[in-house]
Amino acid sequence: MVRLRINGEEREVEVDPTTPLLWVLRDHLQLTGTKYGCGRGLCGTCTVHLGGNPARACILPVSAAAGQDIRTIEGLEGAAGEAVKDAWREHAVPQCGFCQAGQVMSAAALLEGNDAPSQQDIDDAMSGNLCRCATYDRIRGAISDAAAKLRGEGE
Amino acid sequence: MTKSTTIERRSFLRMLAGGGLALAFGTQAGSAALLSCQDVREAEAFVPELWVTLLPSGEVKIVAHRSEMGTGIATSLPMVVADEMEADWARVTIEQAPGDARYGDQNTDGSRSVRQFYEIMRQVGAAMRQMLEQAAANRWGVPVSECKAQLHEVVHTSGKKLGYGELATEAGQLEKPAESELVFKKPSERRYQGKGVPIRDMEGILDGTAQYGADVRIDGMKYAVIARPPVLGATPTSFDRAAAEAIPGVEQVLEMDAHAPAQAPGFNPLGGVAVIASSTWAAMQGREALAVKWDLGPNAAAGTESQMEMLRASSRENGEIARKRGNAVKAIADAPDDKVIRAEYEAPYLAHASMEPPCAVAHVTEEGCHCWAPTQNPQAAQGTVAQVLNLPPNQVRVDVTLLGGGFGRKSKPDYVAEAAVLSKKIGAPVQVFWSREDDIRHDYYHSVSAMQLEAALGEDNFPTAWRARSSFPAIGTSFNPAADRGSGFELDLGFKDVPWDLPHIQVESGKSSGVVRVGWLRSVCNIFHAFAAHSFADELAQAAGMDSLEFLRKLIGPPRKIDLAKDDAQYSNYGEPIDKHPIDTGRMLAVLNRAAEMSGWGRRQLAPNRGVGIAVHRSFLAYVANVVEVEVAPNGRLSIERVDIACDAGTVLHEERVRGQMSGGVLFGLSAALHGNITVRDGAVVQSNFHDYPLLRMSEAPKEINVEILPSDAPPSGVGEAGTPPAAPALANAIYAASGHRLRRLPISGQNLAHG
Ligand code: FES
Ligand code: FES
Repeated sequence: MVRLRINGEEREVEVDPTTPLLWVLRDHLQLTGTKYGCGRGLCGTCTVHLGGNPARACILPVSAAAGQDIRTIEGLEGAAGEAVKDAWREHAVPQCGFCQAGQVMSAAALLEGNDAPSQQDIDDAMSGNLCRCATYDRIRGAISDAAAKLRGEGE
Repeated sequence: MTKSTTIERRSFLRMLAGGGLALAFGTQAGSAALLSCQDVREAEAFVPELWVTLLPSGEVKIVAHRSEMGTGIATSLPMVVADEMEADWARVTIEQAPGDARYGDQNTDGSRSVRQFYEIMRQVGAAMRQMLEQAAANRWGVPVSECKAQLHEVVHTSGKKLGYGELATEAGQLEKPAESELVFKKPSERRYQGKGVPIRDMEGILDGTAQYGADVRIDGMKYAVIARPPVLGATPTSFDRAAAEAIPGVEQVLEMDAHAPAQAPGFNPLGGVAVIASSTWAAMQGREALAVKWDLGPNAAAGTESQMEMLRASSRENGEIARKRGNAVKAIADAPDDKVIRAEYEAPYLAHASMEPPCAVAHVTEEGCHCWAPTQNPQAAQGTVAQVLNLPPNQVRVDVTLLGGGFGRKSKPDYVAEAAVLSKKIGAPVQVFWSREDDIRHDYYHSVSAMQLEAALGEDNFPTAWRARSSFPAIGTSFNPAADRGSGFELDLGFKDVPWDLPHIQVESGKSSGVVRVGWLRSVCNIFHAFAAHSFADELAQAAGMDSLEFLRKLIGPPRKIDLAKDDAQYSNYGEPIDKHPIDTGRMLAVLNRAAEMSGWGRRQLAPNRGVGIAVHRSFLAYVANVVEVEVAPNGRLSIERVDIACDAGTVLHEERVRGQMSGGVLFGLSAALHGNITVRDGAVVQSNFHDYPLLRMSEAPKEINVEILPSDAPPSGVGEAGTPPAAPALANAIYAASGHRLRRLPISGQNLAHG
């Protein structure tokens, strides 16, 4: 039995504690918004927040997530999260959309800690998230706009 | 805002029976003939020809019958109906169609959706609008000319109005207008077409509820992974069933009975050993424990090294002639040695690697088989499943989920058939999960190629003759063991149709054979053909001592329409008539000049170690030019600074999506050029995941990307693939300009670019 706090809710799951968090979310808790892309920490598609920091759910044993605040795309909230989602709509970022939960989670985590990221900061924070549709340019623009909004600049 | 649902046959029939269906429009199977609500009511069963229904509530349901994988097609085509119908987009629901031949073509591949269905969608929308106007005119007893549809209402010249919902039932009793009576909105009257509307799935993507293939959950569903033959045609000789079954959650270990043949595997499941479990993770652990031993079969010695040797050799021999203008062979033979340029180009196998690997759910019951899959081609999936289960196709239903990328891989339904076979065996619904390793190792690969190009130069060092030969395993090798060279259709993709204004042109195909499954990948053979043709053109520019842009303008020659039939060439023109979609060098020059202007070509002083490269290419009936600017440090470190893209795609439905396809297509091409490389050793694919099959990351993406879409009222062309072909040659030409290294082999990474 593993106890988890996901999106503010306490959940209990009967799984082998070495099971990666990704599969607990997807197969045991039906939280399918977090996606599988590589299973090896190489693509960022499975990014969630663990205690506010981005984490790759595909290589994180569920036991290591116990007792921490886990947040997934389904439960993303807060000023940074909302600003990111708004900017994603405005820039029409997603193409196929499959990588985007991970992109949004990485972007929100970046802006939580830094509301004035440089282009380099953005590239550094986001280069672990692959997008096969190559929406990188719009992601960069959307993050810059979301940051400006968080700082109270522009509209 | 619209949301997406799937069409439920039963609820539709209920709607028909209950008289809730007020006005409906469709087209007759396989033709554009309109079908009215009466025809629909008289039809006894499910009527998939139905594109749009208007309910008395005013709600409009429009069918998306093509697969959504990022191009925006499931938004764009319904948007055309809504626009032409004067419907309020906020009251439109989009329904995703299952696979059914009565929709006409559903294979979302070859950048054809808009080309094939734009007119039909407009007709359906116009017919709906006209019938609603007529119904209002009848109600009011006024001439229809005094009634005008306007945003979900019909408005009379006196100012009185009736909502669409109120008119639906009466409109549904009317005769359908004849095709000749349809009147279309003027472009200036369009509300949505052109600038577009938000994509159907935006909110679902942002809140995690959008449903992709792997997100399908059915009551009682099991999870399966399969240990597939590492080599095409290999068969398992032993495996450790007990070890796999000892993993908690593993329920069954099953051998797949049939396996794809060692040659021409088609769409058949590859075979192997399946592990069925209560979760994906347990199934994967179970597969690890299986430790399958294989009889590797007849392909055990196959490898890309020996294959490349063979392809290179064949690209040096006379091939089968696919286009002949003048006498290039003689012109080259007659030219003095210092007036002949010859170069060999090659490009490797590529994997699709969409972010979502293939996956499928199937549930076989006594009634038949229900599948849910991220498929580009639900009808092929339906057919293949029917075949492997020995069922009539009408007992197989394939529902299309969102696709996490497709790029051609997901039009091959082998993975859907796997799920169907397993569900039948275990008597329960099952999801077949493909890991990234499964995806990279069991793809239908973009073909490897070797090309030889030759040119004869005139007195002024401008070319007079072009001879090009391409050797690559054909897509046909996946279906026909006798396919021993690239087909005419594949040579049409950017090789036969070079638009050069030269007196002597000869294009040939060389002999080949394959070692892995070959399939189509975003822009197909255009990738290597454009790389070779436009890099070689740049070599010729240097030989002529000309600026690359100026040289290209001269090589393409004056604005004209090229008739390949005059050069004894059969040309398939992406399935479209050549008079409707000619090879128009005027449009080609326009995008070339625009991209050059955007980039400041020749006007901008470049920083040290920088270089720019240019290429223009027509594919899928669209014209795309791009200018790539790179920096190559003296130590060889490469960075892509900027890309300027100009495109003419004819009439554009959804500009924002088209821009996305252009920049995405170009970056897809850059990713392949930089990194893409699948190799085969001892019959098996060597690469397995993103560490050894890297994709372009944000850190490597061009720092600046500019896209311009030239205004055009030409018929719509394809946009999903056309951005990709010119990317690699423009990049390689830029690297040459910056470093002096002429790259004739892909991928670029790993090659030494040090200079200075
Ligand atoms: S799936 Fe976790 S990083 Fe790729
Ligand atoms: S939007 Fe398709 S992978 Fe990123």
